[in-house]
Amino acid sequence: MSEVLVSVENLSKKFCKDLKTSLWYGVKDLASGLSGNRNERELRPKEFWAVKDISFELRRGECLGLIGHNGAGKSTLLKILNGLINPDAGKVTIKGRVGALIELGAGFNPILSGRENIYNNGAILGFTRKEIDEKIEEIIDFAEIREFIDMPVQNYSSGMKVRLGFAVAAQMEPDVLIIDEVLAVGDLGFVLKCFKQIDAILPKTAIVFVSHSMPMVSRICNQIILMERGQAKFQGENVGKAIDLYYTRFADNESSVVFDDGSLSFEKAEILGISSFDKDIPQLKWGEDLKLTFKFKAITFDEVPAFYISIFDKEQRPVAILEPNRDASNILKTEKDIEFVVIHRELQLSKGIYSINISAVKMETREPFLRINAVLVFQLIHNEESWPPFLLKSSFQSI
Amino acid sequence: MELETKVYQKENNLRIGKLLKESLADIARSRFLSFQLAKRDIQAQYRQSYLGIIWAFVTPLATAFVWIFLNNSGTVRVTDTGIPYPVYAFSGTLLWSIITESINSPMTSTNSAKSILSKINFPKEALVVSGVYKLLFNSSIKVLLLLVFIFFFGVGFHWSLLLFPLAILGGVLFGTTLGLFITPLGMLYKDIGRLIGFGLGFLMYVTPVVYGIPKSGIMKTVMELNPFTPIILTARDLAVGMPPAHLTYFLIVIACCIPLFFIALLFYRISIPILVERMSA
Repeated sequence: MSEVLVSVENLSKKFCKDLKTSLWYGVKDLASGLSGNRNERELRPKEFWAVKDISFELRRGECLGLIGHNGAGKSTLLKILNGLINPDAGKVTIKGRVGALIELGAGFNPILSGRENIYNNGAILGFTRKEIDEKIEEIIDFAEIREFIDMPVQNYSSGMKVRLGFAVAAQMEPDVLIIDEVLAVGDLGFVLKCFKQIDAILPKTAIVFVSHSMPMVSRICNQIILMERGQAKFQGENVGKAIDLYYTRFADNESSVVFDDGSLSFEKAEILGISSFDKDIPQLKWGEDLKLTFKFKAITFDEVPAFYISIFDKEQRPVAILEPNRDASNILKTEKDIEFVVIHRELQLSKGIYSINISAVKMETREPFLRINAVLVFQLIHNEESWPPFLLKSSFQSI
Repeated sequence: MELETKVYQKENNLRIGKLLKESLADIARSRFLSFQLAKRDIQAQYRQSYLGIIWAFVTPLATAFVWIFLNNSGTVRVTDTGIPYPVYAFSGTLLWSIITESINSPMTSTNSAKSILSKINFPKEALVVSGVYKLLFNSSIKVLLLLVFIFFFGVGFHWSLLLFPLAILGGVLFGTTLGLFITPLGMLYKDIGRLIGFGLGFLMYVTPVVYGIPKSGIMKTVMELNPFTPIILTARDLAVGMPPAHLTYFLIVIACCIPLFFIALLFYRISIPILVERMSA
């Protein structure tokens, strides 16, 4: 077992909701700060716990993901870990050099050139002049902005600033790395590059990673804390479970009609052969057949449209589309109604919650009649946690 | 290799010796950072301006000209100063501007670093030290102009002029110490900064900046007690080669400032986390 680099015990921090009161408490804290302030910290009027009773341990080579909705206390926790603010209760022990990717390009002065700002930013991150002199070429190359390095930073695009900032920060060799959302900016190529860099340092580092991007979290974290109102709602090594919990907070299973030309109206949709439900969400086992039935009311037309049924995951990424009907056969069309069943054999989606969108378009011209998002929602059950959207059946054979 | 261990908890470490050691170690560690920050600000300041350096002494020069004009035109009759009045007035306003700048310096530096303070952990002392660097840079330019005045008005060179930079250093130390004590509160309430600006405006008139200490009266007592007085007078006397009449008081003030400076530095160090917590990111 490698050494514990970060140890957090029952950490709490309170904040004040009101500015004037907050400033006044600030004056009081200044005064009491001078005398050590060992008193038990109680909530004063208008205060709340921004972080409450958080504990964890992190070893070298591990990555802790901090997730939670906005204002759950993640950034406050990071600030305490980084030593920017003092906790109101509990204790943080950190060993080694701490690097924080909380703001890239700190200390940049817009008037000065990129090259000069590398020195400014580097100095703030704790490099010596010699270190920067040695690394400057590497930094410029990493940021891929050699052509503009002597241009004032105010003329840089925001992406270029972030690149330059990350390039400097990437030269840190921290024992503990704190990352807060900074990687969300920048184009795809750069984000991938950042992750490659993080992968490279991960074995030597303990990382605390805050993000709203669950794919990133599931990619690099092996421990997770889901925060809600300052508290740990879920904590452990089951990253997938925490992510599921996180999503259920945003579960919006309301279906919505996003396009309607008035010629067709939705009656009902159902998943057939369902035996179990979780909070009204039908559950399917991995490998079972997906059987859907739809019923529409035809208002003004009498031909059968083509139905495109697509499956979206909880991040609203499309993961699959079912083949549309090629013709009107197998679709029950009466005077008023259109009804059909569509089957997909042996569904091999990976574990998770999915929603189904349907659109009806004119067979030949593909002119749309009706589109409904999240017409159905279902949960797929499997013991195996996997991030890719499909868990495909496979077997291994000896050659 | 033994890793450095940091502990963050609610109790502040209040052993002054240890705190001071840490603080000084941080100053030593952040030499490059303080220098770089000062360089950044100075570069940026002059790169975006054509008149550049001139702005550093425009204010004291203007104040001095006003008084020179008032005096020469007979509007205000200033008692004899022993040296050409323009030298007297300009040296006064210039020294005054150095002191007021020093008082404001820690607060300005801290305020402009607000956004990094709430995101990155770096030795905060570097902000103070970079402020001192900037002061010394600006002051040295002002001093050059003062030398021009001194020689132009025929005061000429005296050996004591070599001690003049020391007196300036004393003034910077005095101002920075005051400023450091004010900063934490000033960061919380904007009122403090305004009060200081306002107060200094008045204080200038009870300090021998553009006129000497009167021979008698309440003004004499106030001016002689005012700790700004010995700094201005001693510095000016050294510059123009007169015997420094208030040297003892000057030395007392500086001797008090040295320990006070370190106490202020610790106060600043303890305050920063509390301020960061109350500041918007």
